[in-house]
Amino acid sequence: MNQYALFLGCNIPVRVKQYDVSARMVLKELGVSLVDIRQFNCCGYPMRNTDPKAFLLSAVRNLALAEKANLDMLVLCQCCYGSLKKAQAVMAEEGELQEEVRLLLAEEGLEYNGNVKIKHFLSVLYHDVGIDTIKQQISTPYKNLNIATHYGCHVLRPSRVTQFDDPVNPSLIDELVTVTGAKSVDWPLQLECCGAPVMGIDDDLSENLTKKKLIDAKAAGAHYVCTACPYCHIQFDTVQKRILSENGNQDDALPAILYPQLLGLGMGIDGDLLGISDNEMDISRVTSFLSEE
Amino acid sequence: MVFDLLLYISLGIFSLGLVFKFFTWFSRKIGYGSEKFTTFARLAAAVKGIAGILFSLKLLTLIKVFILDVIFQIRTLKEDPLRWLMHILIYWGFMLLLLMHALGAIISENIFNDYYSTLNPYLFLRSLFGAMVFSGLLVAVCRRFIFKIPRLKSNAMDHYAIIILAVIMISGIFLEGMKIASPTVFSDMQEEYAALDDEADIQALESFWVRENGLASATVKEPFDQKVIESGRGLHEDYCAECHASNKWAFTGYATAKLIKPVAVGLDHAGAVTFLWYLHFLACFLGLAYLPFSKMFHIIATPVSLLANSVMSKETSRQENVITRQVMELDACTHCGTCSRYCSAMMASEARGNPYILPSEKMVILKDMVKGENLSQAQRGAIVEGVYLCTNCDRCTVVCPSGINLRELWLSVREDLVQKEGAEPMMLSPFSLVRGLNRNLLSDEAYAKPLRETQKALAGEFDEITRPDRTVALQEEADKKWLLHSDDTDFSCCFGCQTCTTVCPVVKNYENPAESLGLLPHQIMYCLGSGLTEAASGARMLWVCLTCYQCQEHCPQQVKVTDLLYELKNKAVQKLEN
Repeated sequence: MNQYALFLGCNIPVRVKQYDVSARMVLKELGVSLVDIRQFNCCGYPMRNTDPKAFLLSAVRNLALAEKANLDMLVLCQCCYGSLKKAQAVMAEEGELQEEVRLLLAEEGLEYNGNVKIKHFLSVLYHDVGIDTIKQQISTPYKNLNIATHYGCHVLRPSRVTQFDDPVNPSLIDELVTVTGAKSVDWPLQLECCGAPVMGIDDDLSENLTKKKLIDAKAAGAHYVCTACPYCHIQFDTVQKRILSENGNQDDALPAILYPQLLGLGMGIDGDLLGISDNEMDISRVTSFLSEE
Repeated sequence: MVFDLLLYISLGIFSLGLVFKFFTWFSRKIGYGSEKFTTFARLAAAVKGIAGILFSLKLLTLIKVFILDVIFQIRTLKEDPLRWLMHILIYWGFMLLLLMHALGAIISENIFNDYYSTLNPYLFLRSLFGAMVFSGLLVAVCRRFIFKIPRLKSNAMDHYAIIILAVIMISGIFLEGMKIASPTVFSDMQEEYAALDDEADIQALESFWVRENGLASATVKEPFDQKVIESGRGLHEDYCAECHASNKWAFTGYATAKLIKPVAVGLDHAGAVTFLWYLHFLACFLGLAYLPFSKMFHIIATPVSLLANSVMSKETSRQENVITRQVMELDACTHCGTCSRYCSAMMASEARGNPYILPSEKMVILKDMVKGENLSQAQRGAIVEGVYLCTNCDRCTVVCPSGINLRELWLSVREDLVQKEGAEPMMLSPFSLVRGLNRNLLSDEAYAKPLRETQKALAGEFDEITRPDRTVALQEEADKKWLLHSDDTDFSCCFGCQTCTTVCPVVKNYENPAESLGLLPHQIMYCLGSGLTEAASGARMLWVCLTCYQCQEHCPQQVKVTDLLYELKNKAVQKLEN
């Protein structure tokens, strides 16, 4: 049985709880067991702009905790994933900063020897569980549902570090969506940034990027944009809602659904157990695309 | 006489202290927007709010929270059973001692007809309660001074709280032990209650008390004749037993009496009973008088915080009441360190050597700040960093045993500080996400101003350096010491294809990107190749970089463009901090 240390990060437990809830539900059904390590801290991502030491120390402490528990990590957030992978790459080299980090961790009785694998939730589904197993679990496949898959930058790039999928022509999420019976539409801006990294810094820029992507996905015929990252999800859910309420035509709305919500409904899991109503924008109508059992 | 005088003085200080502290809850300002409310307006809002709660179904919530969280402290139990055991021993032991023993004349004697402190169960219970507090204190001392609990910091107030309780408890236990062992106390009581004339009878009673009740004696010595003991037992049953249970029931005092037996007679002569009596009462009076100003004030403030937070919410509570609650919450914090144990940003505190990143330490310095104490520039800077370097993960709020709504406290204090203190580099990082999501709570200008100031401060001499008419001296050897990776220097391989700029979604967002962004990604790489790090680290491009890694992924020369932008940001921040 596959067992992982679940790395939730900071956003999910407070701003995107339904991601936690729905991911746990589908993983349980698919036989992946999770261990919660309460001592995990921030992945270091938001510190990279201002302090490399704070970034590295934060990231590596998590790796050391997982290593101590003898578990690989299952990460739900693209930015956490990118940050932890980056830290792993940095720690593979020798240097003053690395040495300093090791010393600070040792004060707490922790050490990091590079013996931990960092996997994104989607990679675990795709590689460890496998498309075939998932297919068998789909009890109510979707019909005529068009999904715009959104990868999220920090799993794809820099590909040498993240090693998630082909950075230019990825297919992992598209395949995971297709297996539910939904159609993954082609949309030119699929691999562009959602805008979240500059939310709070330059909101115009941030919202412009979001809007452009949503218009593009809508033009491609998508009913929903499918996310698997709390930052992207906040942007396409919370921020989109604000954009629409400020100046938008509600007909422009393209709600975001988290991948485990999409998958879970297809597996016949009740929407309440997947936090469907916890999304800021209403996605309840997605169930109308489900075929009868 | 002296006793009464000291009691009334300490009671007086205690009462005035309480009034003063309650007043500060309404008069002190905390957080963004708190200046606009007067003390009176806040008092009035509180009265209205409290009345509204008391005459609604929320009263039931209050009762539930009082029982579960105040009396049984379930929140602490959930987080840390050892700390719960420690606190419940101290809290229950102390409260029961206060009610039964300290306020014996007022409470116990009126409730229990048979109350007599030397009779069971009271004699035993006093020892039991004392032992509870004492064991709790031992755990506290271990936690604070012996166990190495990461990020649990102890300050003078934590030491005071342990010391004052320890002095009260130890002096109390020793006083009881000394009184048990004391020949003077025995002879006074014998005269008062038995009034024996016959020297042989007195000695028999004394012998019995030495054998059975822990008395030390200069006149009689073991081994005793069995007949003497039996005669003593008879006298004891005639004169003493009715009002005095066996001292063995007072197990802490009895054990102490046994312990000091070899020196008890000497100590008794030296007046140890009187000394311990004064020590015990003076410590109690000091603890009482100083309570409102010390950490022990949490006895009052923490239940208020637990109760208030159980019925208040962001949506329904008036802003006046939220401000009042936030001032009160500073008193409700017991500096237990649970928040810092789970703080997501804890490692940043270690890396930056800034304790104020940890929530528990932030509470301490905020208390000083709100009091209006003069803080140094460095301290103020550290506080701003402390409140901003927060991932808003809410873990502190979830785990706080005092029920303090730290999430809202940070939000409001953070905004107040960034408005007042100016540039904070972290404003231009993903830490600003939550501020962005809450943008509608601020006016457009208030929202934009601190961001603008930070941009300006970080840009440094950028405008001056990049003036079109200025000649730039190229440096022969690029300064590479600031780079994180040795191979990040591959920017020198850049052959100027501009792919980085072409694929950049930020560049695509602007009609005139060069004007909006200062320098474009490929220009920044040129700058690095020419050693112009100063110009490169001032460009606005850095701070709106999405870190989407399109540039780096697509660079045909594998220049780590995004990583270099990160490092330039780090460099700019470092420069501003120095």
